[in-house]
Amino acid sequence: MTTVDSGAAVVGADELLGLYEQMAVIRRTEQAAHDLFLAGLVKGTTHLAAGHEAVAVGASAALRPDDYVFATYRGHHHAMARGATPAECLAELMSKGTGLCKAKGGSMHLTKASAGMLGCYAIVGAHLPIAAGAAWSARLRGSGQVAVAFFGDGATNIGAFHEALNIAAVWALPVLFVCENNLYMEYTPIGDVTAVENPAADRAPSYGIPAEVIDGNDVVVVKDAVGRAAALARSGGGPTVLEALTYRHFGHSRTDPGAYRPAEEVEQWLRRDPLELARARLRGCGVPAGAVTAADEWAGRVVADAVAEARAAPGPDPGDALTDVWADGGSAWRT
Amino acid sequence: MADVITYREAVTEGLARELRRDPSVVCLGEDIGAAGGVFKTTSGLFAEFGRERVWDTPISEQAILGMAMGAAMTGMRPVAEIMFSDFFACCWDYLANEIPKMRYMTGGQVTVPLVVRTANGGGLGFGAQHSQAVENWTLAIPGLKIAAPSNPADVVGMLAAAIRSDDPVVFFEHKGLFASKGPAAPEGHVVELGRAAVARQGTDVSLVALAATVPMALAAADLLAADGISAEVIDLRCLVPLDMASVLESVGRTSRLVVVEENPLQGGWGGTVVSIVADEGFELLDAPIRRVAAACVPLPFADALEQLVIPTVDAVATAARSLVAY
Repeated sequence: MTTVDSGAAVVGADELLGLYEQMAVIRRTEQAAHDLFLAGLVKGTTHLAAGHEAVAVGASAALRPDDYVFATYRGHHHAMARGATPAECLAELMSKGTGLCKAKGGSMHLTKASAGMLGCYAIVGAHLPIAAGAAWSARLRGSGQVAVAFFGDGATNIGAFHEALNIAAVWALPVLFVCENNLYMEYTPIGDVTAVENPAADRAPSYGIPAEVIDGNDVVVVKDAVGRAAALARSGGGPTVLEALTYRHFGHSRTDPGAYRPAEEVEQWLRRDPLELARARLRGCGVPAGAVTAADEWAGRVVADAVAEARAAPGPDPGDALTDVWADGGSAWRT
Repeated sequence: MADVITYREAVTEGLARELRRDPSVVCLGEDIGAAGGVFKTTSGLFAEFGRERVWDTPISEQAILGMAMGAAMTGMRPVAEIMFSDFFACCWDYLANEIPKMRYMTGGQVTVPLVVRTANGGGLGFGAQHSQAVENWTLAIPGLKIAAPSNPADVVGMLAAAIRSDDPVVFFEHKGLFASKGPAAPEGHVVELGRAAVARQGTDVSLVALAATVPMALAAADLLAADGISAEVIDLRCLVPLDMASVLESVGRTSRLVVVEENPLQGGWGGTVVSIVADEGFELLDAPIRRVAAACVPLPFADALEQLVIPTVDAVATAARSLVAY
């Protein structure tokens, strides 16, 4: 693995503590989503991102507020990293009218357009061309924005991935393709179904795109790599593929206990928990243990309040079932 | 500009007018640049507007529609070309799952103002994978507006409305009509989507048609007139919004209805039209409703066989006569 450890040169102690707080909030929100599901208060399914926090938080820390982010059905962490509150995310999962998408999207479609978080996409790989389109738009408008598509390792074997990489390279688009390689394509080890060792990074050279495999559990490494790729994109250097190695703490979705993963592998990755790695870095920066404890307690209060707020929120407005199809706000399809 | 132009020239003219009017309009597709499009419907646009407005893409239909969608969500008004409508199957995820659902799934946060242009329909002997009329595919998906003009002026006016629409619009250009001629569109011509036209007035039977079946219905009306039957021809222009008010008004005048559609009878758009007439206009009818549609087989290559599968002027006239004699 090629890792970049720029440490304090990339993230100072104060900023690192802030990133840690964000990750702690996401971790607790995902745990709350899990618990609320078991309590029967979340319907459908959820694809929890506990374990992936450093990818979202590190990347977001490297982006401009007006950059665009596109994520997958495992996208709660990206919504929150871009500014969605735990309360509006949990409310969406709990089918409440105060949810991010008025309870019309659900866990797999969290979106906060006002923060440049342009959606979570539940068809594997579909959003890579869409992100490339947002990057094309940024280029056409001369805005200097970049677009980032986060996707799983499994998405590298679908056609849209390859169509997106090719056209992004040919048009030199300011887009970052960030693979969250958590080693499993749903229930199947990615290596069992993929012709190359690094499913995203090993494909990039065939499209002439620079690629890097990074430690996706180290928020500092992620911020550094995304920052460099974004700078390249903004300067007209075109796309970059980043393959961030990470691991999910829960199964693929709510119904999956993840029993197919060897215990030693799970144990090894839990030792490399992104929050634990961040705590080690904070210690290394001389941040007192009390500050980290205070951050954990703050995150706990934020999420507890969010759960209470989401629980108390009203259900969806029945009128909303037939709105938001057309630009006029309605759904009339005939005269 | 000439007083009479071809349907093909009207596509180019419609695009050029909007490219001149609005800098956020941008075109992308296979061979649409210097080559001018395989049907020459974008001829001259590259020369006038340059490569920053008219973009040649690889043969990547998913990338074409995905890129158009991403650009539409972020301030542009892309006009994507899918060379043949049959190729919608190659990018169906974007037409079925992504583009039409984005606004709804996000609770109204995201707008997708794009146009997907495509060459649709048969009659040119291109075989089963390049001749289909697939407007019914798109009609199955809530969230897409569907336009299918029948004449050059409507091409210009409806293209203007489609590009200016904040909703995604699928714009079917009929391959069999590209060489047809009609009056040019006046400057600033805009035809609101969802407004059918009475292409010919009549009193005995309503022929409801779309795109290439409009001239077919008009030709059938000529035959019927020789028999003393007065046929009214309704050009639907759009399937969404569907102007059922105009259809019901026409049936109110004639009391008989023939729907003429090029897509297969099985799952064709006429089924939606006639179900609404049966529901809301039952009292208006003096005869059963007839649908003249394509046979439910893949389209054959040979002209002689294709003519046995897709609707014809004679089939429309025969259906109308049977209703008048009912």
